[in-house]
Amino acid sequence: MIDVRNLDVRFGQGAGALHAVRDVSFSVAQGESFGLVGESGSGKSTVLRVLAGLNPRWTGQAALAGMPLGPRDAPLPRLVQMVFQDPYASLHPRHTVDRALSEPLEIQGIGDVGPRVERALADVGLGPAFRFRYPNQLSGGQRQRVAIARALMLEPKVLLLDEPTSALDVSVQAEILNLLRRLRRAHGLTLLLVSHNLAVIAHMCDRLAVMNRGAIVEEMDVATLRRQEPREAYTRQLLLASRGYDRDVAAGIVTYD
Amino acid sequence: MDQPLLELDNLRVDFHTPTGIVHAVRGLSFTLGRERLGIVGESGSGKSMTGRAILDLIPPPGLVTADRMVFRGQDLLTMDKRERRKLRGRRISMVMQDPKYSLNPVMRVGEQIAEALRGKGPGVRRRVLEALEAVRIRDPERVYNLYPHEVSGGMGQRIMIAMMLAPEPDLLIADEPTSALDVTVQMQVLAILDDLVAKRGMGLIFISHDLDLVASFCDRVLVMYGGRVVEELNARNLRAATHPYTQGLLDSLPRIDDQREELPTLRRDPAWLED
Repeated sequence: MIDVRNLDVRFGQGAGALHAVRDVSFSVAQGESFGLVGESGSGKSTVLRVLAGLNPRWTGQAALAGMPLGPRDAPLPRLVQMVFQDPYASLHPRHTVDRALSEPLEIQGIGDVGPRVERALADVGLGPAFRFRYPNQLSGGQRQRVAIARALMLEPKVLLLDEPTSALDVSVQAEILNLLRRLRRAHGLTLLLVSHNLAVIAHMCDRLAVMNRGAIVEEMDVATLRRQEPREAYTRQLLLASRGYDRDVAAGIVTYD
Repeated sequence: MDQPLLELDNLRVDFHTPTGIVHAVRGLSFTLGRERLGIVGESGSGKSMTGRAILDLIPPPGLVTADRMVFRGQDLLTMDKRERRKLRGRRISMVMQDPKYSLNPVMRVGEQIAEALRGKGPGVRRRVLEALEAVRIRDPERVYNLYPHEVSGGMGQRIMIAMMLAPEPDLLIADEPTSALDVTVQMQVLAILDDLVAKRGMGLIFISHDLDLVASFCDRVLVMYGGRVVEELNARNLRAATHPYTQGLLDSLPRIDDQREELPTLRRDPAWLED
């Protein structure tokens, strides 16, 4: 469903240029959930933005559902949609939930708007009472539910998720992760999830790739992650550091290039 | 026996708004020694307001009241504003979450730390360089002359900590000091705080939403919900938490090695808000 070969992304030119994504290749089967995990600056979000058509300058090959994607093409909105990290920033503050959810339908010329909006709200666990509210009348978790509903309005095959729960409290994170798992089953979605949180990736994904400084360090299945048996030293350090504070681990931290 | 560093009894923070009074902190009491105390809670639990109230940084219409608020034997409630301001930054400092918003963007890093030391001259420059070295910045001479936008998030947070620690405070309040950082950088920053508590005998209040992190780093943990402490725990016994809120929070966290299909979600009981 998703196929990326030798993807390279550079920002800027000359001495100040940043090689943000280096020769990244991976593929995700239909209905699979794939995780990209890494620290800030590892390039994981940039890969996602390339697939969403938000980052037009790249080289390499990318294909969604067998259709090749060029650097200047916007991917088909009915094929792929994205959910962003910060639900406070990704909804228009002066648009009601109804408007946010109807807009994709109107742009695509899809009728039957009212019932579709109500169904979408019910699908993400929000009652019809939420339809005419503004974002400032919603909690962070409710906003993220609206953002997920908006992404599903056009019934895409692929959902790109960029740190969908890292701005939320842990109890709300659990609700959103449960919702995403349920929606994935119900709609047969293919998920590409970017996160810095290994536990979230372990909970949500079948396979994952670990990124560092723009490149994929290693790819593994979730069983390997759960057994905490990665191949690479970089991943082992990431796993150790995720377990909480430990004096000895802190003293042994090294930087990997 | 040492006198306690900080004694708080029945601390309340209320916001008088046009639509009514919002009780942000509702009767918080604790005594802090030279230890690492964690305060854990979700957004709106009152944990940050507690830190700010101790520093007298609650903006109007917020109102801070307490039956007792004593720092090293000095009564903070009867102290005048000027005296209180003298404590702030010198004896009690605070590190906040995001160095991007806490550092002055148009002032060199070294000059900002010198300002915190309230001094000038060659002696001050040496003390600034020492402060940068204490937070394991490798090339302090170079970093001294950088502007905040020229440093990474982890470096920025170390600079903040260096600045807050340069006057050698007795008490450091750290409000989500590592939440914006990568896990490996977070570990290094915590190791620096750990050393400073051990070496200088400083008291630390560590405010965070991250239960596991606080439990692994602190000696004692207060769990806050709705402006109140619902449970106090020895950090080593986090798993022995008995309050349903604490248990619910711990259960709702995904774990690397678990295979639960569905994560249990928290059912909030209105009784948790009552005494």
